[in-house]
Amino acid sequence: MLRLTKKDISLLVVVIVLTMLAPFLLNPFPSDSGLAQFNAGYPDLMQKFVIFGIFAIGFNILFGLTGYLSFGHAAFLGVGSYAAVWMYKLVSYNVLPAVVLAVIVAGLFSVLIGYVSLRRSGIYFSILTLAFAQMSFALAYSVLSNPSFNLTNGETGLQVYANDPQIFHGDHLPNFPHLFGLSMGSTYKMAAGAWEFQFNVAYYFCAIFMILAFYLSMRLVRSPFGLILRAVKTNQTRLNYTGLNTRPYTLAAFVISGMYAGLAGGLLAATDPLAGAERMQWTASGEVVLMTILGGVGTLIGPILGAGFIKYLENIFSKINDNVLHQWFSFMPDGIEDLMVMIIHPFVGKGWHLTLGLMFMLVVTFLPGGLVEGGQRIKTWWANRKSSDKAGKPASTPAE
Amino acid sequence: MDAILLQILNGLDKGSAYALIALGLTLIFGTLGVVNFAHGALFMIGAFCAVTLQKVLTLSTISIDPEKKDFLGQPLKVETPYVHNWFGEATGSSIIEWSVPLAILFAIPVMMAVGYAMERGLIRHFYNRPHADQILVTFGLAIVLQEIVKYFFGANPIQTPAPDTVSGSIDIGLMFGFAENAIIYPIWRLVYFAFAFAIIGAVFAFLRFTTFGMVIRAGMSDRETVGLLGINIDKRFTFMFGIAAAVAGLAGVMYGPINPPNYHMGMDFLVLSFVVVVVGGMGSLPGAVLAGFLLGILESIASTAWATTMIPGINQIIIYLVAIIVLLTRPRGLMGRKGVMEE
Repeated sequence: MLRLTKKDISLLVVVIVLTMLAPFLLNPFPSDSGLAQFNAGYPDLMQKFVIFGIFAIGFNILFGLTGYLSFGHAAFLGVGSYAAVWMYKLVSYNVLPAVVLAVIVAGLFSVLIGYVSLRRSGIYFSILTLAFAQMSFALAYSVLSNPSFNLTNGETGLQVYANDPQIFHGDHLPNFPHLFGLSMGSTYKMAAGAWEFQFNVAYYFCAIFMILAFYLSMRLVRSPFGLILRAVKTNQTRLNYTGLNTRPYTLAAFVISGMYAGLAGGLLAATDPLAGAERMQWTASGEVVLMTILGGVGTLIGPILGAGFIKYLENIFSKINDNVLHQWFSFMPDGIEDLMVMIIHPFVGKGWHLTLGLMFMLVVTFLPGGLVEGGQRIKTWWANRKSSDKAGKPASTPAE
Repeated sequence: MDAILLQILNGLDKGSAYALIALGLTLIFGTLGVVNFAHGALFMIGAFCAVTLQKVLTLSTISIDPEKKDFLGQPLKVETPYVHNWFGEATGSSIIEWSVPLAILFAIPVMMAVGYAMERGLIRHFYNRPHADQILVTFGLAIVLQEIVKYFFGANPIQTPAPDTVSGSIDIGLMFGFAENAIIYPIWRLVYFAFAFAIIGAVFAFLRFTTFGMVIRAGMSDRETVGLLGINIDKRFTFMFGIAAAVAGLAGVMYGPINPPNYHMGMDFLVLSFVVVVVGGMGSLPGAVLAGFLLGILESIASTAWATTMIPGINQIIIYLVAIIVLLTRPRGLMGRKGVMEE
């Protein structure tokens, strides 16, 4: 079925179930309890989970399979956003054409950049992509927003104004991105006891795209094409010696991952019709690298996990302030309470980047395979313990 | 003619900063083979050494109620303007005024220590890992360092003014026989340029004329053989990491008066410095310096009115454009050596 192995199908089913039931699963705490702030089941955050999941899946196709570390992938995301908003401005608020245009434009853009950057490999490739992305950022931020040729609207960000043509925009249609009249912003709220679950149109719209993207990347990884890409990572020179020109393959991988980024950018514009240059900055490119690494480079599910993990921390950690901390530790004696708050304070709230950086260093140092590897290690450890319990002797550690 | 000279001068100070950071990056890359994305953070820490020293010297600004006594029963006010107390009113205030140049002395040991700790504590474990891992872990370290500085000093830029005697501008056009007021230039930028020149000269002289430097150079070209000769090259390379950190730090210290330090100044410079290193040629020290000045000057020439009217926005993208062209036409960079990062 779907030309996948049994194992892959079960993984796909798990992903589908998890994304579809996310509004329930991410809302485990009643909305009036003190733990409600750990709930991630609100539309804004769930949209980010899936959108950045797409971005990271795409990035993984390039970095995870071919080993080419691009430090400028955010440029494609930004271009996608701009393209989508231009579609809103010129045609209508319908998201479908906007997303399609975003993917196409990002694809073309990545053909251009990929063609040039892929002439070099290793660190030079990273620097070249970084240079291109920074150039795009500078262009979007200032150069292309001059009055005579305003493509990006500079610092303010590109958005739809009342005097834009929007030729297919009808009066009956919502003044917000919509899918044939169904507004992206509409949310169905379901109250069940103390819990409140929110079902957002934009979330499900993006989630369907993420499932498609995930399926596609699965097929890609399992295909002969994916095999060649992994061969590029292992030993490109040897591949060249077999008479295979790897350039078209790496370029294809680059463009595909660029299109994924464009899709993510288009969807970002679908949830909020605004595109800013800061989406293209190199720190944004660093973030997607981080997501992929944290989740597990080269694995299927890793990038999604990493994206979810980072976006969750970003939203939840940054919300924790001193008052919340005092509440948590209120059961302790006063002095110790203050001490605990003092210790934790630098890592949460505004300082959550510190946690992020530390986590990143720890993961790269001790767990290069990311969360997925961590999970596998725990699994092996668990299995070993069980088997050793049965056999009554310590199990030998498996060879690496 | 005078306009071009002015732009060249304008490019020199930025070029000096690029050159110093790129020099440190290249030293680290050439010796240890590590791509250090935390180098910008070292530049930033250097700038904050100056901020710290300035804060320490101006502790007197904290007004304390004279009626309060400290635990010895003496009035606290005694220790408030302590530089003034120790050296007298006039000397004290001039010490505070000269805090940025004084910070050089303060920054060298601090930066050496930071560099040493970084190499021993973290980077040492990454020699045998792929470059991607090195980039990523140092990128994480850069975030951490940046956030630590932000935690202690806040997110806003902090003014670190230059001493009064060198903070004005001079008319250097007169010296070169141009008309009056043709080229007005801030003195501090000239100081910065001279300082950068001195540092670069010192590093090159150190590598060229000392036995230690000779060993380093030998180690850069063939690490294994130097090791076989019974020299503990790792120890010396660690020292060089300290030197590279100090060079970046000093670049930061002196850059304070040009641009008030804030916590993300390192990141802003890092990207450009990497571009500079690549343009100069990975692993080539003269290449890094040359490319630093070249790109700095190109950037300032591109910001002139005639350049921006010809090609709008050229000043924003010139460096990246040059980098792309250089990388595609001369893959090894301007002065890159054969066999370094060929792969």
